[in-house]
Amino acid sequence: MALSEYIIEMLNITKEFPGIVANDDITLQLRRGEIHALLGENGAGKSTLMSVLFGLYHPEKGEIRKNGEVVHIKDPNDANALGIGMVHQHFKLVEVFSVLDNIILGVEPAKGPFGYLQKEEARKKVVELSERYGLMVDPDAMVEDITVGMQQRTEILKMLYRDNEVLIFDEPTAVLTPQEIDELMKIMKGLTAEGKSILFITHKLDEIKAVADRCTVLRKGKCIGTVDVATTSKEELSEMMVGRKVQLLVDKKPYHPGESVLTVQNLTVRGKRHAKPLVNNVSFNVHRGEIVCIAGIDGNGQSDLVYALTGLAKAESGKIFVNNRDVTHLSVRERNNVGISHIPEDRHKHGLVLDYTLENNLVLKRYNQKPFAKRGFLNFQEIRRYADRLIEKFDVRSGQGAQTVTRSMSGGNQQKAIIAREIDLGNDLLIAVQPTRGLDVGAIEYIRKELMAQRDAGKAVLLVSLELDEVLEVPDRILVMYEGAIVGELDPRHTTAQELGLYMAGAQRG
Amino acid sequence: MDNKNKSSFGERIASSGAFVSVAASLICIVLGLALGLIALAIINVEHAWNDGLMVIITSGLKSPRNMGTVLANAAPLIMTGLSVGFAFKTGLFNIGAAGQYTLGAFGALYCAIVWQLPWYLCLLAAMVLGALWGAIPGLFKAYLNINEVITAIMFNWIGLYLVNDIMYGKGKSPMYDISTTKTFSLRKAAPDSMIPSWGMSDYFGKLQSVTIAIFIAIFFAIVVYVVLSRTTFGYELKACGFNKHAAQYAGINDKRNIVLSMTIAGALAGVGAGLYYLSTVAEWNPQVSTALPAMGFNGISAALLACSNPLGTIFSSLFISYITVGGTKLSTQYYTKEIADVITALIIYLCAFSLLFKNKIRAALMGKARRIQVGKGGDD
Repeated sequence: MALSEYIIEMLNITKEFPGIVANDDITLQLRRGEIHALLGENGAGKSTLMSVLFGLYHPEKGEIRKNGEVVHIKDPNDANALGIGMVHQHFKLVEVFSVLDNIILGVEPAKGPFGYLQKEEARKKVVELSERYGLMVDPDAMVEDITVGMQQRTEILKMLYRDNEVLIFDEPTAVLTPQEIDELMKIMKGLTAEGKSILFITHKLDEIKAVADRCTVLRKGKCIGTVDVATTSKEELSEMMVGRKVQLLVDKKPYHPGESVLTVQNLTVRGKRHAKPLVNNVSFNVHRGEIVCIAGIDGNGQSDLVYALTGLAKAESGKIFVNNRDVTHLSVRERNNVGISHIPEDRHKHGLVLDYTLENNLVLKRYNQKPFAKRGFLNFQEIRRYADRLIEKFDVRSGQGAQTVTRSMSGGNQQKAIIAREIDLGNDLLIAVQPTRGLDVGAIEYIRKELMAQRDAGKAVLLVSLELDEVLEVPDRILVMYEGAIVGELDPRHTTAQELGLYMAGAQRG
Repeated sequence: MDNKNKSSFGERIASSGAFVSVAASLICIVLGLALGLIALAIINVEHAWNDGLMVIITSGLKSPRNMGTVLANAAPLIMTGLSVGFAFKTGLFNIGAAGQYTLGAFGALYCAIVWQLPWYLCLLAAMVLGALWGAIPGLFKAYLNINEVITAIMFNWIGLYLVNDIMYGKGKSPMYDISTTKTFSLRKAAPDSMIPSWGMSDYFGKLQSVTIAIFIAIFFAIVVYVVLSRTTFGYELKACGFNKHAAQYAGINDKRNIVLSMTIAGALAGVGAGLYYLSTVAEWNPQVSTALPAMGFNGISAALLACSNPLGTIFSSLFISYITVGGTKLSTQYYTKEIADVITALIIYLCAFSLLFKNKIRAALMGKARRIQVGKGGDD
């Protein structure tokens, strides 16, 4: 039988949801043994397309072919039977199971009427696979004890164990250090060399340039085109993705730091259930007119540091000063009034009351101040006027303006609303935690410009970021956190992603 | 994305919470009555319509006296409904309204029978004791993170047995009338402590228990509505209810608000008991009352049916009171009066689906609006 050139073809796929066409006549052809990138902003339709391939959604139009033959994928089991596997962005692992148990989960080899587990065979196969593809994982380690990189390799082994030929990676690098990313790229190339075909969902252009052979670009549910990566520049790719030229590198004005706004001295934060402190004896300053970035892999104490600074959690020891005033023991509200603005890490959990209207959210920190309240009563006219002004000034878009229920707004506009509220407080210190997380390129560009404008206006900005390009491009100084401690200060003008990665992984201290 | 001016009529209605909520509640009621009819038919198919459902839904208006009964029972129900609804708005489930109501009953009756205080002071006592009983689960929740439902249920029973014990006092309590085995009737023992009727009972077949209680309840409903929707305090309470974390982030003291919310909820339930007993709708029976007062739990129904809206609670309470009175008028030859409870229960049960109805209504309206837009080629 002559094999078709393409292992998987999704032809003219159209998927509609009420009021929106998520996939509009999209064609994606995956060649045997290639790494094919799927590029697009949030909401471009990447996830929908993959869900169609996985049998989670059924397209209104179009067909899927495997090896040139039309197949009907009704549910994920069908997809699995066709050899399609996926590494999800958020791993689907049982934390208290061993690596081996996780790999065989669902396809456990068993013998006899009582289903006696035959783990030895499985172990042999897993060890053999991990050697063949260079996936170093200890099969007996508990998933909760191993690094994120190893967890990802466990996910890859899960697909290989099931003899999948088509491997889908959904934003696989979001949680990795630069070193781990390099490692993953090598593994992906190794997989294709062994005949696997890879679909690689991402919005990071560097990674596409590094590993992908071809790239299909989606924008607003439409297929913009499929290009050869080798002959297409990053600028062209980004223009295809966004639909216009993007300037992600913000122009930086010269760096003239003023006096210190935030001073942190020997701050230690301890969690309830951990023996080790979450934040360990941290000291630093943030001055007027500078952006200081706390870099680090997620979960190294950055969030806890911010909670302690903003008053959401108590510090065990140490001192925090804002404009030379000791705020260590002040409440959240007192700190707001003293001069801390806070763009929180989780905009749905902390940043917004999603069931409130946009205008109510815009006054979330000053609803009790004049002119929005008088003698305990809210002044709706003033609130509306203020909200309309912020909406206009910060270009917050929504269905019904100030009266829109915030839950119905897009992530980017929700974030803009928070930024509008926090910046308009006029505080000297702005703490922005992952302000661009999960946003599309246009919104990222906007938010970085706003941060820069705050810096240039003489405010102190403390940025916490997990995105390497953001860490390297936006701030004036970088502080790297590892296991609760600041392990190094770097100058973004004179450092590289590699050096940063070593600090982030705890391999280097300075 | 900019469809600021494009939102169509359907979308605007769909996004107006009030319309959708009322529509959803009406669907609950109609479906509940329909299912109730089926229940009636199962028990006795011949009489299901004329002697069953029609009696339930017309009796309340048949005589002035029946109308009076509806009003007298609706007043306390509005209060317990407000109590539950108020706590709901802050994200708390006040299942303790029954206990707070019990304490309120004690406060009102004690002040009336033992001290012969004027009615408004008796009502105040009911409010204070109810508030106290509401505050306890609130404090446990805020400072020890113990679920308010568990504490409230326990304090329901603690309150009930405590109150029964004091009111009975081994038969020697000054509040206990051995001849009726209930508390003394205020009409004889403390007429000055009765809530005034202002001549209303004349219009309702000389039913003495028709008092200005219904107006007091409506007044409270309006106050609660204003507090929740127009004050900074209400803004804080709702913020805590919708998203505790965001409230903390904004600097709102969520612990204080939890305690305050439960205290106010308790006070409202306590007033409910005051309105009931000071209007002499009934006397308290400390020996037989081994069950918690149903008014407390019916408050949950009233709040649910009204989607926790204070003004809606007025109407839902009147409705529940109305069909309950209808149930008592059923001919015992064919049905027991509990069938009204069954119908109320069905309606409330369907209210659990009201969110589903709401979403369906919204989706239907939005879908229609969208289709029209798409048809016009309007694509944003």
